[in-house]
Amino acid sequence: MRPWKFSLLTLAAGAVVFALALAARSDYLFFAGYVVLQFIVLATAWNILGGYCGYVNFGTAAFFAIGTYTTVALHKIGTNSGRYLSGTAGELLQPLFPLSVPTLVILSGVVAGVIGLGMGYLTLRLRGVFFAIATLALAVVLQTLVINWDFVGGSRGAYIIRDEGLAVAGFKLGYIQYLFAIMLLLAAVALSVARLIEGSRLGYGFATIRDDETAAEAAGVPTLRLKLIATTISGAFMGMAGAPYPYYIGYVEPAGTFGLPYAVNSVAMPMIGGTTSWAGPLIGAMLLGSMQQIATVTISSAVNLLLVGVLLVVFVVIAPNGIIGLVLDWRRSRGKP
Amino acid sequence: MGIPLDLLSNAIVAGLLLGGFYAAVTVGISISFGMLDIVNIAHPAFIILGSYVAYIINATTGADPIAAAVVMLPVFYFLGTGIYQVYYAAFERRGQEALRGLAFFFGLLFITEVGLILAFGVDYRYVEARYIGPTWRLGFVDLPLRMLVPCIVSLLMVLGLQLLLAKSFVGRAVQAVAQDQLALQLLAVDPIRIKRMAFGVSIATAALAGAFLIIIQPVEPSVGREYIGRVFAICVLGGMGSLPGAVIAAMLLGVVESFTATFYGPSWAPAVSFGFLLATLAVRPAGILGR
Repeated sequence: MRPWKFSLLTLAAGAVVFALALAARSDYLFFAGYVVLQFIVLATAWNILGGYCGYVNFGTAAFFAIGTYTTVALHKIGTNSGRYLSGTAGELLQPLFPLSVPTLVILSGVVAGVIGLGMGYLTLRLRGVFFAIATLALAVVLQTLVINWDFVGGSRGAYIIRDEGLAVAGFKLGYIQYLFAIMLLLAAVALSVARLIEGSRLGYGFATIRDDETAAEAAGVPTLRLKLIATTISGAFMGMAGAPYPYYIGYVEPAGTFGLPYAVNSVAMPMIGGTTSWAGPLIGAMLLGSMQQIATVTISSAVNLLLVGVLLVVFVVIAPNGIIGLVLDWRRSRGKP
Repeated sequence: MGIPLDLLSNAIVAGLLLGGFYAAVTVGISISFGMLDIVNIAHPAFIILGSYVAYIINATTGADPIAAAVVMLPVFYFLGTGIYQVYYAAFERRGQEALRGLAFFFGLLFITEVGLILAFGVDYRYVEARYIGPTWRLGFVDLPLRMLVPCIVSLLMVLGLQLLLAKSFVGRAVQAVAQDQLALQLLAVDPIRIKRMAFGVSIATAALAGAFLIIIQPVEPSVGREYIGRVFAICVLGGMGSLPGAVIAAMLLGVVESFTATFYGPSWAPAVSFGFLLATLAVRPAGILGR
């Protein structure tokens, strides 16, 4: 299938999902669906670096929080633009505020992408494990920065008051429906990009890094440049996934935003689904995401996090290629009697 | 601007005491990551587990936390050998330790943390012991026993491990396995057995480090995360598998953190180790005493 056909198909699938969700007339569905979609974006973003290149990023929460706090900071400037923007440059910028959510998503993507590039530049020249450790530490440091940064609320957290709803092209949408639609679009874009990378020169380059980096280097593959591209794209999508979050949750504070659950989920979902194709993170995110939504309501949120951790360990030990790998193995074994 | 001498010397002493404790926290990583090439990012979680074990024993029997940890050393040793057995069978033998091995330890870290939260909640726990509280004074320098006792026991432990590694047959085999597994096999030593024992020892150190931690400060399950940046920064700066290097690096980080806490405020301290780690990786990945 051509990449543009695939993009159209995902968009169409997204439109169908949105129409079905509207038809169900349940706000809960939108709230729960938003979280699942957010995990689809995070898992797909993680997989671009982790699955395609084989470099593990434990800092999903950090990149996610970069997006979230970019929104918080810009929202605060937007609500009182006269006070924070002074001078000639400020007066030129003033009419642009308050920023709309899609603009914030793009800006957050840029900020997170740049930080990903910087991190990658410092650590990716060394062995892969140092990158993984550095991302783990990045979350702790950014959390320290945010705790000490009073402008975005410090450790007290920050409230974001969202509008009641808004009108898009004549339709009246509730705000949660609007956010759901944005996240749906973002998920479609992320999947399209992942699929596009897979079939391109870039994707083959990534695969050579995953299989044998030394051999790839020897064959003339510009490994460092490819790794930096992957880190930037991956970080940017994680930041974009975090951007609408303050509007969704209404109140953000560092401990929750930098929490380990984001990192664990975005590692577990591709690992459980299967890391080598775009479908793996999608399957993993839908499965684990819906499971957690159900378990949070029926059992408890701590138990369902434990379940994710246990599933992750069980899958990497027993089924290294995830659900997709299991299906492929099963097909192969049926093929030859 | 002059910094008062008593403030300065107190900050240095506090940093050195903290560094002694960091040495105990890092020594396990120096063995597993530095020598065996096993990226055990779950090590801080095992340290927290050690803290809770010391807490339970202290709360139920009133025993000294460090003595309790010494009693628990064999349990942690066998926990470590068990984990290595799974790790070897599932990842190392298949050559998949890079991606999936990391995810495995990350999963263990998460399971330990959430398990502790489920069992004990997120309240801070602390232990009772006679040396928690009093402070010795040498001139204008304070020596809180709460810091001094863990620091001394920790340095003794590192010294003991260093002697074990340098003098005993098993210790030398552990250092050899880091260099050449095949050569070890030719000497009729099973490298997997040696690695299993070494990994067991590295997890056993977490029992003691956990006891020190809960003596120094109250502990809740997610405290361990702050130590991930620290232990790897110290391990890399110290030159990976070198225990003396790790002690020097730990003292250095301790002093820098203590200065940060004294002059900028304690809420900035966690960021220091990360700056340390990044700077080390960018400038001198071989560490201070690295080859």
